[in-house]
Amino acid sequence: MTETTRALELKQIKKAYGAVQVIHGVDLQIEEGEFVVFVGPSGCGKSTLLRLIAGLDDPTSGDIVLKGRRVNNVPASERGLSMVFQSYALYPHMSVRSNLSFGLENIRMPKEEIRERVDAAAKLLQIDQLLERRPGQLSGGQRQRVAIGRAIVREPVIFLFDEPLSNLDAELRLQMRVEISQLHDQLGNTMIYVTHDQVEAMTMADRIVVLRAGRIEQVGRPLDLYNTPANKFVAGFIGAPQMNFLRGALDGRVLTLESGVVREVPVAEAGRMPVTLGVRPESIGVSLEGEGDAQVTVRNFEQLGSVTYIYTAFANGETLTVQLPRQIPLKRGQTIGITFETAAFHLFGGEGERALPMER
Amino acid sequence: MARVITFLTRTRGSQDRAERFGVQDFLAYGYLLVGVLIILIPVLWTVVTSIKSERSVENFDTRILPFDQIQREIPGFGVRDTWIYTTPDGAEVEVFRAGPARTETEVAPVDDPDAIFTVLRADLQPNEQLRIATENYLDPILQRNGQNNFFFGRYLFNSVFVTVMATVITLVINAMAAFALSKYQFRGRLTFTILIVATLLIPTSIILVSLFFVVWTFGIFGSLWGVIIPAAATPTGVFLLRQYMLTIPDELLEAARMDAASEWRIFWRIVMPLSLPALSVLAILSVIWRWNDFLWPLIVLISNPRQHTLQLGLTQFAGEFNTDFHYILAMTVVSLIPITLVFVWLQRFITTGIATTGLK
Repeated sequence: MTETTRALELKQIKKAYGAVQVIHGVDLQIEEGEFVVFVGPSGCGKSTLLRLIAGLDDPTSGDIVLKGRRVNNVPASERGLSMVFQSYALYPHMSVRSNLSFGLENIRMPKEEIRERVDAAAKLLQIDQLLERRPGQLSGGQRQRVAIGRAIVREPVIFLFDEPLSNLDAELRLQMRVEISQLHDQLGNTMIYVTHDQVEAMTMADRIVVLRAGRIEQVGRPLDLYNTPANKFVAGFIGAPQMNFLRGALDGRVLTLESGVVREVPVAEAGRMPVTLGVRPESIGVSLEGEGDAQVTVRNFEQLGSVTYIYTAFANGETLTVQLPRQIPLKRGQTIGITFETAAFHLFGGEGERALPMER
Repeated sequence: MARVITFLTRTRGSQDRAERFGVQDFLAYGYLLVGVLIILIPVLWTVVTSIKSERSVENFDTRILPFDQIQREIPGFGVRDTWIYTTPDGAEVEVFRAGPARTETEVAPVDDPDAIFTVLRADLQPNEQLRIATENYLDPILQRNGQNNFFFGRYLFNSVFVTVMATVITLVINAMAAFALSKYQFRGRLTFTILIVATLLIPTSIILVSLFFVVWTFGIFGSLWGVIIPAAATPTGVFLLRQYMLTIPDELLEAARMDAASEWRIFWRIVMPLSLPALSVLAILSVIWRWNDFLWPLIVLISNPRQHTLQLGLTQFAGEFNTDFHYILAMTVVSLIPITLVFVWLQRFITTGIATTGLK
């Protein structure tokens, strides 16, 4: 019953190019109307996964189920999905109007309806002035809109976006990010969006899928990933500036850091093993008088007005980034005191550096 | 005109003005001039000679202008060449030879054929006029002056038919092969490409006999299709188009697949328009090959004079004892006209095509 309502289901998807295994058994369910973002460092297989869903590549094994129907053997042209490519891939020899209507002509839609749909999409994306131009005469942002328009007119089951904003400059990227989110609200379609930029993932997604080396590391809502990362990789990948990692060892419930801090931590299961402590930069307090849990040396700092980033180092050389939501007077080489909140601790240890459950 | 002069006087480093004519400019223009002359002189010689009278051509008159010795009807003597005799007192008399040509020749004035007198042959100058020998063109075309074995209209039609059909078929077939060899991944793709290109190493004359048997067996011997079909698939064309199609981004094809386009539509709507520059080059080459082809049409069509092409028709003027060079040259010039027009028309696409492709 639930299976038929799901927009997409991936079952044990594996993909190998010759001897090189790129996707190692991915299981994933995507609900109707969800905005799902695949995020991960380059080479993690996120684009490959998207191409498998699109039908542009075939999985080596596993099933792709679209609306309850297994589509492994259905070619891309018959899956009813649409995709926005990183390079936009607009047809350079066709006008914007032809670019938009090409997909509709292919499914033999009546001319009148094509016209209506293209005009509607052009209006929605504010490209109705550009319909008679060629892609070569458009700016990057305009091309981006045309590419999205080409995806919209088909009214697809699922939208696929393959790093669509990576060719735009920072300002335009911000603007398009908002527009794509709005588009999702307006259309209500299922969207799958691939990016390597965790900010895009955090701001746009209903759910984020973090991938590394062809495996899913964690799936969850943006803030869940931020607050309770499943392992050290996700903890380090989500959030900017990055989470601080400090090496240490756990003995019973006592954590001893290599930098000298000793603290009792409320781990659910006491144990004896090397661990990594993760602390977000904004969870660290600063004392200019040098008081606190430890002393660190200021190596560099960035004053942004509303926020101050302080890049510091312990005596043993481990670095620590601190984010303060206010302005403070700082000098390079100065020694400052820092305070940790135990409640903000993330402990990672054991196989795959999984997060150790805490008693809260 | 001013633009042409500007263009022709461009110098190194300066677009529009000849500021200083340097060594490099001198060498460049010199080199280009030599190239132009090497290519142009034979053609110009053909054109210039084709408007000379039959006798000038046969006498190897090397003057550029078409001089023709005037002939007159002399009562009692028939049609005779006329000469100019300059008398010792400087007067010029128009005479004709009344006897055989010797060192001392008997001549008579045209006005008074019976007043024969003897002059030194060296004192006679041919009585010439400038005349464009239109009969070189009009006789074969209008079947005048006994040229009733030369069917200009039919030969022209056959040539045009063979050239157009062979070129269209060549473009379609070669583009299909090139599309498969450049855009589909399959085992033996490179092997096939190399095999096709390797056939370039086999001279036509070697496969002539087997090709003859093939054409004979298929029952198209003696028909124009026997000329058209064996020439349709050319390794040069496949290779040229394949190399060009490799530069069309795969993402465009994938975008079209996402747009529900069948492979057939992708070929016609995306690949063919984007290959226009390469197709134009191949079209020009194919037109030149088919138009100028002589040996293969001769073999296939020799038994059927009604199907002869223009190039075969020219052999009508070359007999065992006598060759009508004035007709051959004139008809050669006529046969150059269509091919020149084709080139002028198609060369636009080579440059505009290069300018309009490119994804970004």
